[in-house]
Amino acid sequence: MKPAPFAYARAKSVEHAIELLARPDGEARLLAGGQSLIATLNMRLSAPKLLVDLNGVGGLSGIAVKGGMAEIGALTRHAEAERSTDIARYVPLIALAMPHIGHAAIRNRGTLGGSIAFADPAAELPACALALGAELDIAGPKGKRTVKADDFFKGLFETALGPHDVLTAIRVPAATAETRMGFAEFARRHGDYAMVGLAASAKGNGEKLGDVRLAYFGVGNTPMRAKKAEAALAGGDVDAAVKALVTDLDPHDDVQATGATKKHLAGVLLRRVARQLMLIRVSP
Amino acid sequence: MSDMRCDISLTVNGETVHETVDARQTLVDFLREQLVLTGSHIGCEHGVCGACTVRVNGLVVRGCLMLAAQCEGASVETIEGVSDSGEIADLQAAFEKRNALQCGFCTPGMLLTAQELLATGHVPSREKIREHISGNYCRCTGYHAIVDAIEAVAKARAGGQT
Repeated sequence: MKPAPFAYARAKSVEHAIELLARPDGEARLLAGGQSLIATLNMRLSAPKLLVDLNGVGGLSGIAVKGGMAEIGALTRHAEAERSTDIARYVPLIALAMPHIGHAAIRNRGTLGGSIAFADPAAELPACALALGAELDIAGPKGKRTVKADDFFKGLFETALGPHDVLTAIRVPAATAETRMGFAEFARRHGDYAMVGLAASAKGNGEKLGDVRLAYFGVGNTPMRAKKAEAALAGGDVDAAVKALVTDLDPHDDVQATGATKKHLAGVLLRRVARQLMLIRVSP
Repeated sequence: MSDMRCDISLTVNGETVHETVDARQTLVDFLREQLVLTGSHIGCEHGVCGACTVRVNGLVVRGCLMLAAQCEGASVETIEGVSDSGEIADLQAAFEKRNALQCGFCTPGMLLTAQELLATGHVPSREKIREHISGNYCRCTGYHAIVDAIEAVAKARAGGQT
């Protein structure tokens, strides 16, 4: 189908974008990579009155490493992150996730900030942000603020972003020699949204794991931490971690799989990811 | 500027174009309807099938997931452009030789996507080829012949035999 009519405006700066978003009817949407938004417009699942295009705004893309943190501009394209040696070295979890996101043409346009702001519960990057304990920089009508990933994802496609806010950057602790990462997902076809997926980070100390963060996607309304499983995995007990998923996760049936199947798959993924966490050493 | 209609200037296959478009018009609709470049096809209109693949500023994108209004100042290349320039003549010949197309609906998108992979200059593995074209659906061939054709061209460009 074709989108319902809307007006289009090119934002010149983040401030200009916030100004343009501040319409009294609240029916303006930000356009970043557009790889989800334009699809929903084409299907008329969404019919905003105004699209505010961020693509011409300078200073919103690129990767910088400073003060032990890797800062990724919200407008950084997936393909740029996929090719980045800084991402491979300092944010290896995102490098692991990249090949699973859409297809080459989608990754050429889609942005990291757009994916996190859209917050599809079955998407890879929101879960990566959660697993990495990311900080999300937001600019809004009242100024700038930073929200932790643990507080960012509120509900189905709902985040800490208000209707007049712009996500400007994602900051994550840069990987060190102790950093361990794991990523796995099940999808019916390459590039599809996952039936179930798991993004994980931890600190490795010899054979022991600390600061384990397991972020599942495709199992609820938001990406979800499996906190009891994290504790069990930190204790080195993979079987107990898999058992703990019974209380950590309660996935609903959807068009792809029943809740019971998803729960089973979550355990299979946990075993795979646990192996990655215990074996992979990142050498920055 | 905030309008239901937008004036845009861009180059399409090397030619400068000035047009007025509806803000809601997708790039592929603009190319097909306003410029009558009908080689880019429209399949699913939500980014799944890859039939609308075109190049914008050198990168393959979904023509249905980009607005024409976003192409102000851009360089857009379609199958007509890369075909006329001879850039993909060897790929087109290999597709024909190996029956890598039947109805041809997916072929323009498939060729542009394959060309992006081959332009890296490496000879990709068959697995890598399959991964790269995974966003382009073909309902006729079963893909095997397409992978054969792309692999043959990769090897030929690297100095081997087809």
